[in-house]
Amino acid sequence: MRNIWILLKKEWYSYFASPIIYTVLSIFLFLSGYFFYSNVAYFSLMSLQASQWPGAEFNLATWVIEPLMSDMSIILLILLPLLTMRLFAEEKRQGNLELLCSYPVRNIELVLGKFLGCVSIYALMLFFTLLYPFLLWWVGRTDLGPFFSGYLGLLLLGSAFIAFGIFISSLTENQIVAAALTFGLLLFFWIINWTAYITEPPLSKVFENISLISHFRHFTQGVIDTADIIFYLTLIIFGLFLALRSLETQRLRG
Amino acid sequence: MIEVKGVCKAFGERQVLKNISFFVEKGQILGFLGPNGAGKTTTMRILIGFFPPDAGQVKIAGYDITKEFIPVKKKIGYLPEHNPLYPEMTVEGYLRFAARIKGVSAKEETKRVNTVIAECGLEGVRKRLIKPLSKGYKQRVGLAQALVNDPEILILDEPTIGLDPKQIYEIRQLIKSLASQKTVILSTHILPEVSMVCTKVVIINQGQVVAEDTPENLTAQRGQVEILLKAPTAKVKTALSRLPWIKEVNTKQEDGFCRAFVKFDPSREIRPLLAQEVVKQGWELYELTSKRASLEEVFVQLITKEAS
Repeated sequence: MRNIWILLKKEWYSYFASPIIYTVLSIFLFLSGYFFYSNVAYFSLMSLQASQWPGAEFNLATWVIEPLMSDMSIILLILLPLLTMRLFAEEKRQGNLELLCSYPVRNIELVLGKFLGCVSIYALMLFFTLLYPFLLWWVGRTDLGPFFSGYLGLLLLGSAFIAFGIFISSLTENQIVAAALTFGLLLFFWIINWTAYITEPPLSKVFENISLISHFRHFTQGVIDTADIIFYLTLIIFGLFLALRSLETQRLRG
Repeated sequence: MIEVKGVCKAFGERQVLKNISFFVEKGQILGFLGPNGAGKTTTMRILIGFFPPDAGQVKIAGYDITKEFIPVKKKIGYLPEHNPLYPEMTVEGYLRFAARIKGVSAKEETKRVNTVIAECGLEGVRKRLIKPLSKGYKQRVGLAQALVNDPEILILDEPTIGLDPKQIYEIRQLIKSLASQKTVILSTHILPEVSMVCTKVVIINQGQVVAEDTPENLTAQRGQVEILLKAPTAKVKTALSRLPWIKEVNTKQEDGFCRAFVKFDPSREIRPLLAQEVVKQGWELYELTSKRASLEEVFVQLITKEAS
């Protein structure tokens, strides 16, 4: 535990010393702010017209929160590989991995230190966006339930991205290769449910359920389903397990 | 302290280490020599537990490195060949990180960091980022990192590379001063460094140990005796070659004198025999000097012998 904490602090040190975190953070906040603004603006426009259609469903949850969460998840799909790309690739390129291996540290501590370091940075990114639910609550006295289930979903989804990002970063010394591969892999599992539309059950059911996005949708609708939570936890553990294995085999090969 | 027994290592088809064995006692400074690609770095990486050997055993301070690696690694300080550092950290920040991750307690941390900063002469740069530092300073930061946990065993891969002569001298003095409490393994290409600092030498070539001895023995054994005589050159060569334990005699005419270079079996003392022979022959003896081989000569001899 102690070693994980030391490594986590070192990750924070490295993140804030490099320009990557500032770039990623500001792009993330700019884009999610823009999406929040446009969703709210569209909602207020539509709700004016809604007075002419009695009986139509107009609430913040379906008109603002749900689309905002989906938008944020897509920004993260593009930005999180940029946070994970350097984690092991840079250690390997500079030869620091060899030195780390001479320290009394277990491989699993290395992997968890990196993972928790990156997840905590990601949680910080999400923390800044808590301004949006606060504004809605302040102005609209709205029900924030879907927001919080949405944030839980984002946290789980992002952690799964990070776990796979770490695995791919451990395969290469090149940060660009790591980022591109991570993005490709995540995008593929994002849209794999499209295949579900053109296949028959039971195969379509499989495609639907291994897609990263179909499990996320429930969270944005305010539904916390244990099946979804377990899906993401399984992915996280699987990604970290692959990273650990990759580290071990690389040490054997030298 | 360090016991390496029958260690083999292959990467794919390439057999890098073929049955390496050597032994280092507490307080020794071992010079680890060999041409490029001989397997020095591979051996060091096995010692620090970066990867396990394919066969054989490595025992450090009584622990088997492949089985009980956490207690062993707490006792090791390692400076890799390319001296990797985190350039975005400050010198002090990096050393604090290294101290904590190597198991120094929070109470001891500041004390240890201050000690190594003083020992390695980093006082002036402790608050600066590592990135813009000169190579010499970076090398010292690397050494400080290796020393920060007060290790019993210090493994240094070419520690004086890239330093100016004064810094080289300081680092050597530092290594020497550590020797009383620590066991040091030092890999280097600079042979005079070995004769100055090391108390034991292991030379490896093509994955095998070709020599393991003190530097004095290595150089003395491959030395020769030089004698200056007033005698007919041709006769000197045949007469001396007949003596026991002589390996080779070379002679040279030097205006009226004859200079002979005698190579011999290093386990024997031949100087009295040579003197007796000179007297018996009735030659006049002007000089008899015993010359040590330089470590360079020994090194080249051993390496080329292996190759042929």
